[in-house]
Amino acid sequence: MEKPESFDEMWGVSGALREPYRQFNTWFESEDPARLRKKQRDAEELFRLTGITFNVYGKAEAEERLIPFDIIPRIISGSEWFRLSRGIEQRVRAINAFLYDIYHKQEIVRAGRIPEEMISRNEAFLPHMIGMTPPGGVYTHIVGIDLVRTGPGEFFVLEDNARTPSGVSYMLENRETMLQMFPELFSQNRVQPVSNYPTDLRRSLAACAPPACESEPVVAVLTPGIYNSAYFEHAFLADKMGVELVEGHDLRVVDGRVAMRTTRGYKPIDVLYRRVDDEFLDPLNFNPESGLGVPGIMDAYRAGCLTIANAPGTGIADDKAIYSYMPEIVEFYTGERPILQNVQTWRCSEPEALAYVLDNLEELVVKEVHGSGGYGMLIGPTATKTDLAAFRRKLKARPGNYIAQPTLALSTVPIFSRAGLSPRHVDLRPFVLCSPGKVEITPGGLTRVALKKGSLVVNSSQGGGTKDTWVLED
Amino acid sequence: MLGKTANGLFWMSRYLERAENTARLIETGQRIALTRLSSGEEEWIPVLQSAGSLGGFHEAYETPGAEAAIDWMLRGRDNPSSIKTSISSARQNARLVRTAITGEVWEAVNATYMMASTLLARKVSERDLPSALAAIRQNTALVRGMIHGTMLRNDMYDFLRIGTFLERADNTARILDVKYYVLLPSVSAVGSSIDNVQWEGILRSVSARGGFRMEYGAEGGPQEIAHFLIFDKRMPRSLAFCVAKIKDNLRYLNAGQSKPSQSQKLVTHLENTYLSHGIEEVFDYGLHEFIEKMLELLAELAGQIQLDYRFYE
Repeated sequence: MEKPESFDEMWGVSGALREPYRQFNTWFESEDPARLRKKQRDAEELFRLTGITFNVYGKAEAEERLIPFDIIPRIISGSEWFRLSRGIEQRVRAINAFLYDIYHKQEIVRAGRIPEEMISRNEAFLPHMIGMTPPGGVYTHIVGIDLVRTGPGEFFVLEDNARTPSGVSYMLENRETMLQMFPELFSQNRVQPVSNYPTDLRRSLAACAPPACESEPVVAVLTPGIYNSAYFEHAFLADKMGVELVEGHDLRVVDGRVAMRTTRGYKPIDVLYRRVDDEFLDPLNFNPESGLGVPGIMDAYRAGCLTIANAPGTGIADDKAIYSYMPEIVEFYTGERPILQNVQTWRCSEPEALAYVLDNLEELVVKEVHGSGGYGMLIGPTATKTDLAAFRRKLKARPGNYIAQPTLALSTVPIFSRAGLSPRHVDLRPFVLCSPGKVEITPGGLTRVALKKGSLVVNSSQGGGTKDTWVLED
Repeated sequence: MLGKTANGLFWMSRYLERAENTARLIETGQRIALTRLSSGEEEWIPVLQSAGSLGGFHEAYETPGAEAAIDWMLRGRDNPSSIKTSISSARQNARLVRTAITGEVWEAVNATYMMASTLLARKVSERDLPSALAAIRQNTALVRGMIHGTMLRNDMYDFLRIGTFLERADNTARILDVKYYVLLPSVSAVGSSIDNVQWEGILRSVSARGGFRMEYGAEGGPQEIAHFLIFDKRMPRSLAFCVAKIKDNLRYLNAGQSKPSQSQKLVTHLENTYLSHGIEEVFDYGLHEFIEKMLELLAELAGQIQLDYRFYE
């Protein structure tokens, strides 16, 4: 066992086994490492056969890759989860209230809690949504909150994925794989199930059906197509929910309603879980070049004939500059202190903050305001002189495009390596479903792990892997 | 069901059937070549024709001999009927219709693809050919078994079946088209040994040797073979059998409708006009002309099914 440099979720800082891992460790110590190594290979074979792959962009042929899976679970106690889930629920309710507000009266701006230009000059603000209330008042039907940990009770929100969070298929398939490979672990530990997610998702989406829907709501998943990096997940979710997986060219607006071309003619859809970005949703209203969307879908939406999940325009809530105002947003709409902390964030659009960031670049993480997937970011402590110089130029040229955060000492969880257990940095993305008046959080989520020693980048596109995430019944 | 999904299911099963048929044709071709103690290119030209693979072959190889022909049918990247392209197209379609097929079917298709990718990554040596072809046929049979054992008998299943039987009928017709002259009544009642090899080759390429011998003993000649492959409704690769299956599945698809669909009308016309006579009439009409007509009608039927069930628009 390598000695952890920061808080390790299995061994703490002192090397004393933490309670949630007690049962697991007993099992692990009695296992033959050779058998586990074989199981690790079996897992990979299982993933390949099931086709749990993602497509890599920028390759000549859409290459399918596996996200590496590590067999050591990430274990969270019931009480830790209780506090986390309360914090997540509070945050998600605040995000929905915030979205309603900024597309209606903008009281938070009038109250002087957020500068007006943060909204009006934000690229993710969608004027088409002004004055319109989505069916059931729900903006973000599906949310993924990215959390990191620095100590026993210290959790921070790193990002709110309020547009189209991905990765939930890995949460489900990682558990399936563990159940198949190590059934005994699940009789020894009381792990809360995650397998209800697809049923919950379908029920939650159906509960948001539009006024025009008069019978059992018809739900469909909209994918950009087979070459999209997350196509597997789109097909997976449609399959597990038992609904159609559609592409833009399967849909058209018929008598004011969005309908799909079936073998027996066009059939109206009530709720569309779209995995296509706002910009591509409607070539009539947005990007006219888009072949992924449906001409006129926004008009059907505005007329109350369709629910789009998540609602168009929710991107403004997962913008990294808005993120820095989340503590104010939570307080403003819930009247409570935020349960989960934000990571301290410098908005480079502010001259003082920019000066600080430029002076301390070697210690900070710099991110693009609209970036994702770990692309276009700078990690100060591991960056080369050339990278640092390049980012100084970028920051000076377009300060408003960046935010900076301190480099956190992220917690580690062991992975199973050649040397046995080796600590690696992790994050956690729990998945949240919102329907009118209801917020449901699946116990667990997606744990991403940086497989390289010391690395802080967990994104699958940058060589990260995943783990099964257990929430125990206390 | 989405029109796109119907299209994907139809093509998934067509491509799987095509891979299997191509494997069978290579086996037969290899067998004939070995029996006749020569392995010139001319032996393989009719085989390539039967597999619909002749186009592009000569451009793809500098020395288009037997070895090249086998490689082209196994792995030819620009050959739409090669086993490798057929299997990856089948998988691509399976991915597209992932929500319409069961997990078992998907995994069987994916396993077939993984197996074929490994097996066909490099040129297959003559020594490894039999086991490679056997593995491919075994895997495609596994997919068929999974479809049979796990899919609901609904319209999704119907489109899978229609794809399979259209491809199969097309394949049988093409084998007959290329080899029809071998089956024409010859001057002497007893065929030469060369004819015998050819006849056996035809039966082999549709896995019908056993069935034919069971039916006709040692007596059957070219006329019986032609009858068996065209009209015998118990023979699962005969034209009559395939067309009857397509007709059944089209009828299931149209259940509840008061009028028959256009494709139903077409298949009924095909059956009544061309498949309800005796083999003598076919020879009177001209075996070659008859087969040409069948190929044309099968293509027309496929086009009509696409229209009736909104595959594209």
